[in-house]
Amino acid sequence: MTTTTESGPLTFVGTPSEIDEQILLEMYRYMLLARMLDERMWLLNRSGKAPFVISCQGHEAAQVGAALALERGKDITFPYYRGLASVLVMGMTPREVMLAIFARAADPASGGRQMPAHYGHRALKIISQSSPVGTQIPQAAGVGLAEKIKGGDAVAWVSFGEGTTSQGDFHEGVNLAAVHKLPVIFQCENNDYAISVPMNMQMAIASVADRGAAYGIPGVKVDGTDVVQCYAATREAVARARSGAGPTLIEAKCVRMTPHSSDDNDRTYRPAEEIKSLRQNDPLARFQSYLRGEGLLDDAREQELRQRIAHEVEDATTFAEQSPLPEPSTLLQHVYADS
Amino acid sequence: MPEITLLEAIRQGIDEMMAADARVFVFGEDVGKRGGVFRVTEGLYDKYGPLRIIDSPLAESVIAGACIGAAMNDTLPIAEMQFADFIFPAFNQIVSEAARIRYRSNNSWNVPMVIRAPYGGGIHGALYHSQSIEAFFCHVPGLKVVAPVTPYDAKGLLKTSIEDPDPVLFLEHKKCYRLIKGEVPEDDYRIPIGKADIKRAGSDMTVIAYGLMLHYSLEAAEELAREGVEVEVLDLRTLRPLDTEAILASVRKTSKVLIIHEDTLTGGLGGEIAALIAQHAFESLDGPITRIGGPEVPAMPYSKPLEEAFMPTPALIADTMRKLAAY
Repeated sequence: MTTTTESGPLTFVGTPSEIDEQILLEMYRYMLLARMLDERMWLLNRSGKAPFVISCQGHEAAQVGAALALERGKDITFPYYRGLASVLVMGMTPREVMLAIFARAADPASGGRQMPAHYGHRALKIISQSSPVGTQIPQAAGVGLAEKIKGGDAVAWVSFGEGTTSQGDFHEGVNLAAVHKLPVIFQCENNDYAISVPMNMQMAIASVADRGAAYGIPGVKVDGTDVVQCYAATREAVARARSGAGPTLIEAKCVRMTPHSSDDNDRTYRPAEEIKSLRQNDPLARFQSYLRGEGLLDDAREQELRQRIAHEVEDATTFAEQSPLPEPSTLLQHVYADS
Repeated sequence: MPEITLLEAIRQGIDEMMAADARVFVFGEDVGKRGGVFRVTEGLYDKYGPLRIIDSPLAESVIAGACIGAAMNDTLPIAEMQFADFIFPAFNQIVSEAARIRYRSNNSWNVPMVIRAPYGGGIHGALYHSQSIEAFFCHVPGLKVVAPVTPYDAKGLLKTSIEDPDPVLFLEHKKCYRLIKGEVPEDDYRIPIGKADIKRAGSDMTVIAYGLMLHYSLEAAEELAREGVEVEVLDLRTLRPLDTEAILASVRKTSKVLIIHEDTLTGGLGGEIAALIAQHAFESLDGPITRIGGPEVPAMPYSKPLEEAFMPTPALIADTMRKLAAY
């Protein structure tokens, strides 16, 4: 399987020459891993093995670029339900991801209690996520507030879609972080749709990044299909946050290459031509094409990488499927510390 | 032992915990220089500075939400809701988030935070400065809800709440803030969450109450004592989890029970307590399980005669006790 692109070469805002070749290949590996894991999840769903899947396809560049600019094990992340690629970069393994897909007892996010894609991982400082959108934004500000109180230099990174910026919690969280110059990075992954509702029904402005001005913080718009651009923007935001200069709002313009979830049918509200043209903006294909152009990737390397990842995905699937389900007797556990 | 008000006891509790543990901080509206609209945090801003006594923006969801995040980043936040009436914008953060983060993360994450909320009426606060909000939150597994109403209990329970690894909603009855005084020892003591307390022993009936109604019940019980009826008054102190053992033990002893709260009767905590008693102490009962609660109106009106008509009074409580005693 090869991915092709019809769009032109990437126009990096950052200078990729400054970025180590190894980092570029690492970016590609994570993006490809996220894509291939995601595709397997859909197969599992359509074959009746996974009741629910929600995808990161089309968001890989935005997430890999951002997460690689963070410090694993130190920075605290709040990835929303499209955050598969970001949690892989922060250290979650394909096996751990698949344990959630199969709702197994060993799922590190919730032990099979939550729907898949409600990420969480204590050891990796990925904070447990819920379903009502936007609740994580004030919490991320709170993590930043605690960091300031403690005098630490960790950064809180929180992601969400453009629809979530309609929530009051978005405003309240960004505002608090701005007032106290808290070390928080707000990443809006704007894919034009909140399930079926297009962006122009969410807001009367052209760009979520414009909202930064209302809080007195930088609002940075990046091409969310350009991994290097996303990396550069987040790296700058991280430096700003660690230096005590405060939060940054980053809007990464992404494409949603799948329906909202496995329970959605986007053909009921998305024009057919739009669905057809989605692949033209595929961040993975664009990056692949760039790497090939730079001579960093060729057929042999590509094939070797895909084989390795296919094996990882296969291993994760088998491992998770064979892993035990939660015992019914555990239903009542962990309501409180002593229960 | 020095005698102090309920409000002073709460302030002492916060102060001593902040002095003992640098992780403790306060986040709420006007808690800083102003010391809170009720002055609970008075003096603490000067003592601990703006990084630990923090004036929040005027937005309750972020008060709760930021404290949830902070609690997961190794601090011990005390969130102050200026009035319990304003807690509803934070309902989602408290119920969907704080209360279930431990459960939903399979014990990986937890939220050690306290949410302080002045509640209750009788202070001319009208519909939006008088409400009792406990029933909404007592319904929620994962939360603890306490409502101590003596200075001794409040200070001890506040310290326990701050140390508790799970979220605790700490309800403070506004009318009792300065009205109720009591002795508080100088030593560093704790009151456990989940334990009720017999504030007055008696053999003829049990009254179960909390908040302002606890004090009204004690007043009414004195009146009944002069008439030869000995009423046992059980102060719940913790509303979730209920001290089922103490409730049933007292009812089994006295055979009659009156449950009183200022909160609306329908769906109020009294219904839950009545059901517990009916199921587990039915054979001990020698009279109908009786309840007094707030009337079925949305909230407490402002004008004095309307406010008085809303509030259960010591006289109403005494009358109800007499009827139950005579049953």
